Amino acid sequence: MTTPQHSAVAGPPGSAATGQSAIRFAGVHKNYLSHGDTVPAVKRMDLAIAQGEFFSLLGPSGCGKTTTMRMIAGFEEPSGGKVYLDGKDVTGVAPNKRDVNMVFQSYALFPHLNTYQNVAFGLERKKVSKAEIKKRVGEMLEIVSLTGMEKRAPKEMSGGQQQRVALARALVNHPRALLLDEPLGALDLKLRQQMQIELKRIQREVGITFVYVTHDQGEALTMSDRIAVMNAGVIEQLGSPREIYERPATRFVAGFIGTSNIVEGHVERTENGLALVSYTAQDRVVVPVGSAVRVGDKVEVSIRPEKIDMHRGVPPVTSTGGSVLSGVVNEVVYHGTSTNYTVATAAGADFTVFDQNASNAEDLADRGDRVYLTWAPQHSYMIGV
Amino acid sequence: MDRVKRQLAPYFLVLPGGLWLLLFFAIPMIAMLSLSLQQGDIVNGYQFTFHWQNYTDAIDSYHTQLIRSLIYGAVATIFLIVLAFPVAYWIAFYGGKRKSTYLFLLLLPFFVSFVLRTISWRQILTDDGPVLKPLKEIGLLSDSYHILGTPAAVIGGLVYNFLPFMVLPIYVALERIDPRVVEAARDLYANPATAFRKVILPLALPGVFAGVLMSFVPVSSDYVNSEVLGSSSTTMIGQVIQAQYLVNSDYPTASALSFILMAVLLVGIFAYARALGTEDVMKVAAR
Ligand SMILES: Nc1ncnc2c1ncn2[C@@H]1O[C@H](COP(=O)(O)OP(=O)(O)O)[C@@H](O)[C@H]1O
Ligand SMILES: [Mg+2]
Repeated sequence: MTTPQHSAVAGPPGSAATGQSAIRFAGVHKNYLSHGDTVPAVKRMDLAIAQGEFFSLLGPSGCGKTTTMRMIAGFEEPSGGKVYLDGKDVTGVAPNKRDVNMVFQSYALFPHLNTYQNVAFGLERKKVSKAEIKKRVGEMLEIVSLTGMEKRAPKEMSGGQQQRVALARALVNHPRALLLDEPLGALDLKLRQQMQIELKRIQREVGITFVYVTHDQGEALTMSDRIAVMNAGVIEQLGSPREIYERPATRFVAGFIGTSNIVEGHVERTENGLALVSYTAQDRVVVPVGSAVRVGDKVEVSIRPEKIDMHRGVPPVTSTGGSVLSGVVNEVVYHGTSTNYTVATAAGADFTVFDQNASNAEDLADRGDRVYLTWAPQHSYMIGV
Repeated sequence: MDRVKRQLAPYFLVLPGGLWLLLFFAIPMIAMLSLSLQQGDIVNGYQFTFHWQNYTDAIDSYHTQLIRSLIYGAVATIFLIVLAFPVAYWIAFYGGKRKSTYLFLLLLPFFVSFVLRTISWRQILTDDGPVLKPLKEIGLLSDSYHILGTPAAVIGGLVYNFLPFMVLPIYVALERIDPRVVEAARDLYANPATAFRKVILPLALPGVFAGVLMSFVPVSSDYVNSEVLGSSSTTMIGQVIQAQYLVNSDYPTASALSFILMAVLLVGIFAYARALGTEDVMKVAAR
């Protein structure tokens, strides 16, 4: 497997020009002690987050996202390695002395203070003048659309409103970075989607680095400039949403982000940067490969369900030179905008195929039908193990 | 029919408690009020005569003990807060999985009878007891030094005997504080001391308030600690009431004193609630 951590250190193209990263992890790992056992929560992390970036940590529950976040904020100290903010080593520095602010998953608003007092809390600690606090809190409440709510106590507000107070309370301090730990997790779907757009707008408006923790891949894909996909304490892949979706580096990423079809096989022939894997005389997968791949190598190939065309008759394979797999339809599930088919293929793996219900009013196939799946070579993607 | 049942259900539920209160609170209160306005003596019997003078006489004779009781009560309550807060804080934030064990340990001495515990304090504090004797032998204290019979001994006993009444409510308030809220304060540039002052303390205040309510009243009207650990110069109003009732059989004076004490405590508690802004306190408590 290629080491995705390498690309992580380099950061996105923009970061080289501005010099320092907003946040940098160098060889950080973190173990918890629990009942005398050592629990490795973050195994090894090298990471550079650029100034002004919307950066997401994405992964299943328990993969170490919150721990990573808490090491940035200063609530946890790494067991090894260093954390830098704006190029300055802050390992061991107390949370109140770090110029980052956090939006907690449960909001953690001060229950005894009203909206205004909650938002003003950080500025008061920084000894900003009363007049200046008043001005900045007012502006911030306007940005998060809470003007007029100054006197409300947290428990007198809806979840969405509390969420905005938590956001305002952190952003009003103009931190170097804003840390958001699954901030929309407690909201219902509609409000969630609304807040996603809102958050993105606010981030553009204030230009502050956002580090966003989520286990929702859809959320990460729509909002982020870059995503780090975490699994069991390591970053499996780091890249733009498009890279991560189109070119998953590992089997885990392919499975975690969206739906992927994965087939295995041995390379029979290579030609013009394409490798051919055959299963029968007519069933074959064509995949772009690097020069390192040789005839006889075992490869794993991932194909996204929406890239596949499904035909009932024998397809005109000669024109495309792409992949062809025959199979039998096992299941047809209607989803409104699309219909999903599960096909048992000649390659041994079950394939999922999405068909947009754009013009055709009828389904392409029924259960038990014999079908052919085809796709262009560039839609096959070889993944690491 | 069902609806009627459902509407009546709450009343049936309060019936046992209501009867209990009527029997053991309301009736004695009325009986005592009547007693406090009677005239006569134990030999010839007492007559109800609206004798309000019982009240003025009682105040004339015993205002020293009454004021002393309130002062002891206030001082003991302050000591209680100072001692109980750190204990409650430690159990709530550092007790981990053993919180209930620590609370149990705190309550363990109180399984022994109130009077016995106080008598054992007498043994400990006596002039040649385990505390004073060594200190006198090494010359730290003069031979004539004593604690028993002083206000310090009485207040010490009161503080000891009522400690759980202060620890428990404060503990409950602290225990309910979400640790993330404290972290949020630290995240928003508060150092540990400021986070305590601006977040933990205000959120613990309802507990302190409840603790004061639960301890100031019984401490001020206590009659055991001064009896066992004090002297004639530390006599508290509870002792006076007890003596008038059980020794002198002067029921009207005892009853009048009881009502005076009750009135003073009620006024004190309401003034205190006012000053602290109970509205806010209760608002936080009800979150
Ligand atoms: N305070 C702690 N003590 C012991 N183990 C912990 C502690 N916090 C987290 N862990 C463990 O560390 C791992 C990572 O947790 P976390 O960072 O919260 O994951 P995520 O936020 O991705 O769900 C989990 O296995 C979790 O059980
Ligand atoms: Mg988490």
